[in-house]
Amino acid sequence: MTIPVEQAKWMYVTMVKIRYFEDEMEKAYGEGKSPVFNIGSGPVPGEMHLATGQEPAAVGICAHLTAEDTVTSPHRPHHHAIAKNVNLDKMAAEIFGKVTGLGKGKGGHMHLFDPAVKFSCGGIVGAGIPHAVGAALAAKMKKKDWVAVSFIGEGAANQGAFHESLNMAGLWKLPLIIVVENNDYGISVPKSASTAIESNDKRAAAYSNVAGAYVKDNDPAEMYRVSEEAVRRARNGEGPTIIEIETYRYLGHFQGDPELYREKDEVPALREKDPIVKWKTTLRNEFSVSEQEIEEMEKRAKRDVENAYRFARESEEPSLESALEDVFI
Amino acid sequence: MTTVKQRMLTGNKAMAEAIAIEMERNPNVFVLGEDVGKYGGIFGSTQGLIDRFGEQRVMDTPISETAFIGAAIGAAAEGMRPIVELMFVDFFGVCMDQIYNHMAKIPYMSGGNVKLPMVLMTAVGGGYSDAAQHSQTLYATFAHLPGMKVAAPSTPYDLKGMMASAIRDDNPVVFMFHKALQGLGWMDQLDAAVGEVPEGEYTVPLGKAKVVREGKDVTIVGLQMTVHYVLEAAAKLKEDGIDAEVIDLRSLVPLDRETIIESVKKTHRLVVVDEDYLSYGMTAEVSASVAEKALYDLEAPIRRIAVPDVPIPYNKKLEQFVLPNAGRIYDEVIQLMNE
Repeated sequence: MTIPVEQAKWMYVTMVKIRYFEDEMEKAYGEGKSPVFNIGSGPVPGEMHLATGQEPAAVGICAHLTAEDTVTSPHRPHHHAIAKNVNLDKMAAEIFGKVTGLGKGKGGHMHLFDPAVKFSCGGIVGAGIPHAVGAALAAKMKKKDWVAVSFIGEGAANQGAFHESLNMAGLWKLPLIIVVENNDYGISVPKSASTAIESNDKRAAAYSNVAGAYVKDNDPAEMYRVSEEAVRRARNGEGPTIIEIETYRYLGHFQGDPELYREKDEVPALREKDPIVKWKTTLRNEFSVSEQEIEEMEKRAKRDVENAYRFARESEEPSLESALEDVFI
Repeated sequence: MTTVKQRMLTGNKAMAEAIAIEMERNPNVFVLGEDVGKYGGIFGSTQGLIDRFGEQRVMDTPISETAFIGAAIGAAAEGMRPIVELMFVDFFGVCMDQIYNHMAKIPYMSGGNVKLPMVLMTAVGGGYSDAAQHSQTLYATFAHLPGMKVAAPSTPYDLKGMMASAIRDDNPVVFMFHKALQGLGWMDQLDAAVGEVPEGEYTVPLGKAKVVREGKDVTIVGLQMTVHYVLEAAAKLKEDGIDAEVIDLRSLVPLDRETIIESVKKTHRLVVVDEDYLSYGMTAEVSASVAEKALYDLEAPIRRIAVPDVPIPYNKKLEQFVLPNAGRIYDEVIQLMNE
């Protein structure tokens, strides 16, 4: 399996866009929160879970998806949303709580919904998996070859919803793919202290018709290849796949996390293996993409992010009365 | 001259008929849940559907309420119109996250951009010694949380008409049906579980209460099973010269406060009867609404009859002691009229 050059370039530009987006969000979130950190202050209040370092999981599989395929995502959703081509302006505006946001300012960073590209996320660990099962079921009932991808963290594989969903999706051979992003921490608890299996793809053995695959070292190319097979299986009606990818969380569980549970040199060591830096080298060496084209891609990604943040900051606050709307449609 | 054909149906047959009609009308309507297939639903709400529509549209699920209610949410977001059965409402504990954090909130959190046209139907109620984990109504538990319409019809006619409305509604609807009103052969046979149900399609609106007996002396508000107790009490009160107005709420969300307040302004007295727990429940909400809008129309304090904040006991006599009944309603009204 080789990666078409257009896909390799898309993966690069998308990873860069995610990185810019998260870097900008780290700054925006920090506004109004120093010298005293108050979670409710600043232009972006509330919890903030950033995905810096976890880009390969999102782009490796979304490269194989279309707007008709469904993605559900958890509390750390920005990389998935960007890779699923969620409207970047409306997404940024939602995180700033603006009326122009995806949810008119009622959802926020953990609750982004873009039905145009069938993206949703939510703040309850593991809860998006059944929604993906339902999307996969709907695809099957409508006799479409659409697939449903549910991104979760490795901690969510210990939720009942994970096992209930795999049992049902295996039983019904649904086009479901669960991507387990193993960043090694459920907030502060390392996987070794929470999980009685070496890697969660091995849990596929517990259910009929479910395949498992493991991607090590945050590798975009391997994620792409493994996902290609999982998506093929799903579209062909062969059943679900669990993909676990070893990925790296450069930042805390949430912004403001003192991270006392890991050694100070852990993150610098992870950053040494940065997937975007490595992928840039791959583009040059293996795909013969010119330096100039790479620079243009980076500029384009940066411009899209800057435009989105400008749109978000310049947008209006929602009217107070709008808090009473949209309970029922 | 046209003749109107009248048929008598049980509650569960009326519900199943509504579902069948809607499944004929719209290919996106489907049913999933435990034992909804060949068994026809433990309480008969899906009887006959699998023979007509096949197992692709009437799906037995594993005992995995989180997964299959969550799947209904995911399918509804894709434009399907699932009807998902939670066998006993008491089982909400294993899947409430999907119900209140997702089904009820996604339309709001998405700013109205995601519609979830789905029905969560579930059996409620006691009176047959099924004890604390299989006898609750939990009306207020669901009605308290924003984002779900909550229906609780009391007659076969309304079960059919409100089920049709629930399926056609673009919002999530929790459709509560009372076990004793299903017409099950393995429970006490109640007259109220059988009623006239027209053939063909019709709808009864959600969120609209019904004055089921007009009167001038006292307003008695009931819901589902208690409506029948109230009507029984009203008949006995009539013999004493007390003319009770009886309101069947039919829906908890939206709550038809106008019909209640209009009635209280006429009768000046209010009794509220509920098969749910007393505190923080429907009786409290109705009472507070009347106190806010019609306090000075009342000639006596409001009276409430509900389960006195204890789990439902197993022993038959104990259970009857905590559940509302016609005798207790009668007694309360007599006392109220003498105040």
